[in-house]
Amino acid sequence: MNNKIKKILPQIITLLFVVGVFGFFTFNAQTNMDNRGIDFGFGFLTQESSFDVQFSLIEYSGSHSYARAYLVGLLNTLLVSFISIIFCTILGVIFGVARLSPNYLIRNSAAWYVEFFRNIPLLLQIFFWYYAALRALPVPEKAGPWFGVTYMTIKGYYIPSFIWTNLDIFLYSILAVIISIVIISAYAKKLQENEGKQIPVFFISLGIIFVLPALTFFIGGVSLNFEIPVLKQLSKTSYVFDGGIGLPPELIALVLALSLYTSTFVAECVRAGIQGIGKGQKEAAASIGLTPNQILKLVVMPQALRIIIPPTTNQYLNLTKNSSLAAAIAYPDLVLVFAGTALMQTGKAIEIVSITMLTYLSISLAIAAIMNWYNKKIEIKEK
Amino acid sequence: MNSINFLKSNKQNFYYFLYLGLFLFSISILDVVINAFFKINVTSFLPGVISVFLPLIIGFVGLNFIRTEYSGIKSLDIINKNINTNNFNAILTLLIIFAIIKATPPSLSWMIFDANISGDTKEACTGTGACWTYVKVWFRRFMYGMYPNDLHWRINLAFILVIALGFFGFFLRDNLKKYLALYYVIIYPIIAFLVIYYLISGGAFGLVWVETGAWGGLSLTFIVSFFCLIFCFPLGMILALGRRSNLPTIRYISIGYIEFWRGVPLITVLFMSSVMFPMFLPEDFFMDKLVRVIISITLFEAAYCAEVIRGGLQALPRGQYDAAKSLGMGYWKMHIFVILPQALKLVIPGICNTFLALVKDTPLIFVVGLAELAGMLALAKTNPKWLGFAMEGYIFAAIIFWIICYAMSKYSYNLEAKYKTER
Repeated sequence: MNNKIKKILPQIITLLFVVGVFGFFTFNAQTNMDNRGIDFGFGFLTQESSFDVQFSLIEYSGSHSYARAYLVGLLNTLLVSFISIIFCTILGVIFGVARLSPNYLIRNSAAWYVEFFRNIPLLLQIFFWYYAALRALPVPEKAGPWFGVTYMTIKGYYIPSFIWTNLDIFLYSILAVIISIVIISAYAKKLQENEGKQIPVFFISLGIIFVLPALTFFIGGVSLNFEIPVLKQLSKTSYVFDGGIGLPPELIALVLALSLYTSTFVAECVRAGIQGIGKGQKEAAASIGLTPNQILKLVVMPQALRIIIPPTTNQYLNLTKNSSLAAAIAYPDLVLVFAGTALMQTGKAIEIVSITMLTYLSISLAIAAIMNWYNKKIEIKEK
Repeated sequence: MNSINFLKSNKQNFYYFLYLGLFLFSISILDVVINAFFKINVTSFLPGVISVFLPLIIGFVGLNFIRTEYSGIKSLDIINKNINTNNFNAILTLLIIFAIIKATPPSLSWMIFDANISGDTKEACTGTGACWTYVKVWFRRFMYGMYPNDLHWRINLAFILVIALGFFGFFLRDNLKKYLALYYVIIYPIIAFLVIYYLISGGAFGLVWVETGAWGGLSLTFIVSFFCLIFCFPLGMILALGRRSNLPTIRYISIGYIEFWRGVPLITVLFMSSVMFPMFLPEDFFMDKLVRVIISITLFEAAYCAEVIRGGLQALPRGQYDAAKSLGMGYWKMHIFVILPQALKLVIPGICNTFLALVKDTPLIFVVGLAELAGMLALAKTNPKWLGFAMEGYIFAAIIFWIICYAMSKYSYNLEAKYKTER
């Protein structure tokens, strides 16, 4: 009996405490909102937003609703996270491998790169790129072309845009390519297991990748044109680039800072993963006659990836959360558009901040759930 | 046959190859040095592409000549083993050396030789390099924010006192050592809070009241991160114990709390503290902006702290729990006297890393209008008298933060190495 009370009493007290805190907050919020004449509700989401966003992936103007403004912000957040994740992975793998190089200079340069970029606050790096480095770029009329067709100016990076005709047919052909490669590799694996025959899957896939989309150009009526940015004079002293895609400097500064900062953490994950493979594994693989390439592909990588991927995903998650610093340099991400401008206009503090937090929370929890599932799947099953 | 083997040395002609290789290598370095420091292109008579790649090619051939399996000459073997193992490494070595040589003169001249530090106005900066006058003039603002100039000694004194109190525990007599944990977890935070509150804020003991809006600069970074650390530690400890508790309600509440705070970015938490917090408090209850920020960062960091401490708790072998239980200890007795002292020792490096992340996160408090170092830089940058010196300011701040964070990360590495060997 005594034991039971010991178990139940603390739980009831904790529960009462949590409920009490929540009740206190809700009560206060209720009184405060009543006094100020604000009502709680999500009806504002369908109202006209009447503010403009500088940079948007989907069509958006002031006449659209707040819900669409939220979507614009979310897409911008995802865009900057996606680009930064690609760059930080490339840089991270390069520097992670370089830290294990036998070459003294390479090893130490990589170590200094990691120590340098990860010990400076991310916000300071964003400020540095945006306010100091990118402000030193030339104005549009003085910008020389990079790679012939792109222009890096103080107003942004201008790249050619693609103009497709019959894009859907091309996308179908890509889909067909993926399906056929999956079928062929499954068939090849079966053939090897059953009859011991090997077919050159790689070259067949390469052929399909080139032939099928090319066919759509000749037969399907698909065509691709480029729209190259052209310098246009607005008035006597002001020039802009017309046509193509203009990436705003906020986006560039953010991608630079996020990918350099996160790449140091990815590099450490990669290094730990490769170092985590015992020497015996490589020696054992070499002693049964595998070539260096096969050792890397069949023995080292599968084991190293098992160590590398979970912490790296964690870093991707951190990057996505850190992309909210975009608000500091007025890149229209979720925090700036929704928790900034929309909140200022509607005054719906509780609703908007909770939606913003829930959005980040659901991204985090979704990735965490996928990671747990993946970890369970790749776990070494010891007998 | 041996004489035809042109690119590889053998026993007879080894020294010819060695001297020739070293000669070619030094010529390539010399060419780049002359090019970088004196802006003279020695090889300008050659066609463009060759002129650019000539040092690389000469150096590559030189390194190829001096590469041998084993020579018996100590320094040569060290070079070959470390920077000249194969062709690919040789090229990367050359590229890194050239990049360092090329980058040295412009950065040196910008930072030191062409820079200005004299004078008190923008006009003193005449050189093409950095204008350190800007940093010099604004230095006190960067360190102390808008805090009145003649009261800066109060901030300094408060920091010295807090640090001295932190070291106080080391000099305790042996028979008082058992209260050490009590001192650091409960007494020290309270004393430190009172010292900082009464010295920096004033309002008592004849000190002039300075409102928190005037606090700023690097000292604010320290104040915020210090308070968040000492407050989030006990909270994180409770949460970590809660997450490992076998009472389901407590466990799930702890898990929910930890996962919630770990899933949201700090900037939204700060937004919450500035726009949502006032709504949740009674109407006539006023809470200072800085206090709100410290509370919300503490709640946020406590979740990370809890995960670190949980790692320490999980690392303890089960035998420790069993042994404590078999002595008839209850839950609290077991944790306070057996489990936590061991677990906390294990997690000191982890806590150090959390603290490092915290220091790097403090610049974010600019979103609620508190100007610590990064915020002060933004203010100084837009001052009409000092436009156009953003670069100097950010480099200055970057150096300061880098020194702090690098020292801390090295310290935590050392601790980690120390505790690894002890176990």
